[in-house]
Amino acid sequence: MIHALAFYVFAAVTVVSAFMVISARNPVHSVLYLILAFFNSAALFLLMGAEFIAMILVIVYVGAVAVLFLFVVMMLDINIAELRQGFLKYLPIGAAVGIALFAEILLALGAWSVSPVAAGSLRAKVSDVPNTEALGRLIYTDYMFLFQAAGMVLLIAMIGAIVLTLRTRPGVRRQKIAAQIGRRREEAVVLVKTRVGEGVSS
Amino acid sequence: MTIGLAHYLTVGAILFTLGIFGIFLNRKNVIVILMSVELMLLAVNINLVAFSTHLGDLVGQVFAMFVLTVAAAEAAIGLAILVVYFRNRGTIAVEEINLMKG
Repeated sequence: MIHALAFYVFAAVTVVSAFMVISARNPVHSVLYLILAFFNSAALFLLMGAEFIAMILVIVYVGAVAVLFLFVVMMLDINIAELRQGFLKYLPIGAAVGIALFAEILLALGAWSVSPVAAGSLRAKVSDVPNTEALGRLIYTDYMFLFQAAGMVLLIAMIGAIVLTLRTRPGVRRQKIAAQIGRRREEAVVLVKTRVGEGVSS
Repeated sequence: MTIGLAHYLTVGAILFTLGIFGIFLNRKNVIVILMSVELMLLAVNINLVAFSTHLGDLVGQVFAMFVLTVAAAEAAIGLAILVVYFRNRGTIAVEEINLMKG
């Protein structure tokens, strides 16, 4: 009973906040609703029994991606009114495509059933190891190379983002450490013999 | 009543449809389009994890983690492109992104 109640609450909040993401007037509000949707779907994952994915969702999505969105939205000077133009113009076709797609997905869900061959193996691999430990055993053995490839994807994304946004401005005075260290005594100091009372004349 | 696979799949379907709808609705706003793509990836993750826990096979959750990784990379690259574009053009309206049109 409490399980069903929790599911309906979390699912309803997820769907409503996802709708607010696409219909909010201000992009900052959109990002905040996106964070709410992520939190609630993490709760849905918890209900399903996938604790590790739920925590990863909170850490990665809420902690990194949504905050990145928030930074960018606040950094860019966006004209909200201009971006809202055409909102109603695309509403009918968007609604048509959305309804058609949703109906198709529901049809596919309704016609789908577990094959009798596979039904025998359902729940076969459930054991008493916790979710995180079982995932770790799987990732670090069977899916080791895919795991490394995922890390490589992240590395390339990081380098790409840095290369894209790094800006070298002309006309900025910087400390050239190599030139400082490479200076020798002859080009820096001149010894001049002076007599008393005459001063230095170059 | 018990909450089964169909309930989670329905939530995933609604989220995916809302993502598609958002792309159509916010044709001018790249940021909201990116957020809609994130919503669609979240729906895919819900489907993967729902099937994984229903069938008792952990591979679905492993795949959901990879989807999560790609989503994070995509968000970082997309927002970086957006920042560079805004710096060069002073706007992020999708209609004005036609510099490479032949």
